Amino acid sequence: MEDVIVMQNVWKAYPNGVMALNGIDLSVKQGEFVYVVGPSGAGKSTFIKMIFRELKPTRGKIFINNKNIANLRERQVPYFRRKIGVVFQDFRLLPKLTVYENVAFALEVIEEHPRQIKRRVVEVLDLVGLKHKMRSFPDQLSGGEQQRVSIARSICNRPPVLIADEPTGNLDPETSWQIMEVFKRINEQGTTIVMATHNRDIVNKIRHRVVALEGGMIVRDEQEGDYGYEN
Amino acid sequence: MAMKIRTLKRHVNESFKSLGRNGWMTFASVSAVTVSLLLVGLFLMVMFNLNKIAGDIESDVEVRVYLDQSITKTQQKTLEQELQKIPNVQSVRFQSKKEGLDSLLESLGNDKQSFTDLQKENPLPNAFILKTKKPEQTIGVANTVKDYQNVTDVRYGKGTVEKLFRFIRIARNVGIVLIIGLLFTSVFLIANTIKLTIVARRREIEIMKLVGATNAFVRWPYFIEGLVMGVLGSIIPVIVLMVVYRFAYYNLGGNLQQMFIRLIPYQTMTLNLSLLLIGIGALIGVWGSMNSVRKFLKI
Ligand SMILES: Nc1ncnc2c1ncn2[C@@H]1O[C@H](COP(=O)(O)OP(=O)(O)O)[C@@H](O)[C@H]1O
Ligand SMILES: [Mg+2]
Repeated sequence: MEDVIVMQNVWKAYPNGVMALNGIDLSVKQGEFVYVVGPSGAGKSTFIKMIFRELKPTRGKIFINNKNIANLRERQVPYFRRKIGVVFQDFRLLPKLTVYENVAFALEVIEEHPRQIKRRVVEVLDLVGLKHKMRSFPDQLSGGEQQRVSIARSICNRPPVLIADEPTGNLDPETSWQIMEVFKRINEQGTTIVMATHNRDIVNKIRHRVVALEGGMIVRDEQEGDYGYEN
Repeated sequence: MAMKIRTLKRHVNESFKSLGRNGWMTFASVSAVTVSLLLVGLFLMVMFNLNKIAGDIESDVEVRVYLDQSITKTQQKTLEQELQKIPNVQSVRFQSKKEGLDSLLESLGNDKQSFTDLQKENPLPNAFILKTKKPEQTIGVANTVKDYQNVTDVRYGKGTVEKLFRFIRIARNVGIVLIIGLLFTSVFLIANTIKLTIVARRREIEIMKLVGATNAFVRWPYFIEGLVMGVLGSIIPVIVLMVVYRFAYYNLGGNLQQMFIRLIPYQTMTLNLSLLLIGIGALIGVWGSMNSVRKFLKI
């Protein structure tokens, strides 16, 4: 399998001097599912932001699909981002738009053809099990449902990579399992998933590769690993 | 890359939606542009005309050398040759007292009849009319000629022109300061209106950037919003100035013409001024909006 994400000696210093990542070396293959775990402040969010080019590395190279995004030109960033789906802990939905419109919005602003938009939105809402709530507004949905809408939005442009920063952080355990079910389906379609999480139960029950960060360094990298912390 | 019609429609839609949503701020911004452009327009209208008048007078500058009534033909001939020898003099033309009167009556236009007295007994002397190579040489030439024999009086319009130019310079400086102040206020107000829109839609912009919308795409609605506010603000000034200039030109213009002053023609003035005001309005609007969008795009 092809490597979709490759990090070579990646360092990140924030403007205030905090060293959030200290020499990360890592590669992720097409279709892999990777948990990124570690205590608070370990650098998980920073790591996720690097893949999405929300932040530039201070040093090192980051290849996504064999393209080094560390020296990507500003005007190319939007086009690069279309190939990466992102999911956050706070769902980041637009409250005045319906479920359907929230997902469609993501395709409209990249000027997708209207006919394609309609077909694709219904398709992804079906995938996350919310086709029947298409006309609801976010505040009429549970937290888990809102997160599923946000996941639907993140994959509607068929990105080869999906990154998620604590997607179950705001959800109760039961709802979290639903989210994981959705991720499983997406992963089965060949999408690479990198998920930063604190959720010990999930990591231990649904076994995938585990990358543990501490103080901005990878301290453990195991296939089918466990969470390894007491929380 | 040409924008898709559908995309343009969306941008226009979005911008009008938020113009409506921030109704009062939009109104305030448009009003500010209106007031500024009204003053700018009035100022420009006056300045353009003053400049033209000054130019007219300046290009018309000549030195009139009035001759002693008792001058003989030979003395006149000698004097003409002497005048021609003065370095800065370009041309010398003789104007008989009859010609002088005719041209005076000509310039008085319709009121000619009330000057029948003049026609009976012409009080004007014969004169030489000198043209200098450059307008600013008139003073020197006049001073030289003043002391020549058989010259009773020397007249030139330099003083008037100089005063007019000084006035124009002062008016221009005061006006420019005033106008720059007003224009900046308008830009500021528009920027603030747009900022309100943007803050209200911060989430939206954030998500747009998240899913890979380009900066240009994010910017367009705000660009249109600013443009619309600026151009809306120029409508009333354009109309008002057309009316004002129509009045000034057709009522005042006649009187001024008797004083040898010609205003800029109505159509030339209104066309140029309208385009200029709409242009300034658009510029203010776009500048204001782009100013406030810039920092929100760094997500
Ligand atoms: N914007 C920022 N500016 C300065 N320091 C930051 C910023 N974001 C995170 N950090 C610091 O970088 C380190 C890693 O943070 P983060 O990546 O958020 O860790 P995690 O997601 O694992 O909790 C922490 O020490 C944090 O305080
Ligand atoms: Mg974090």
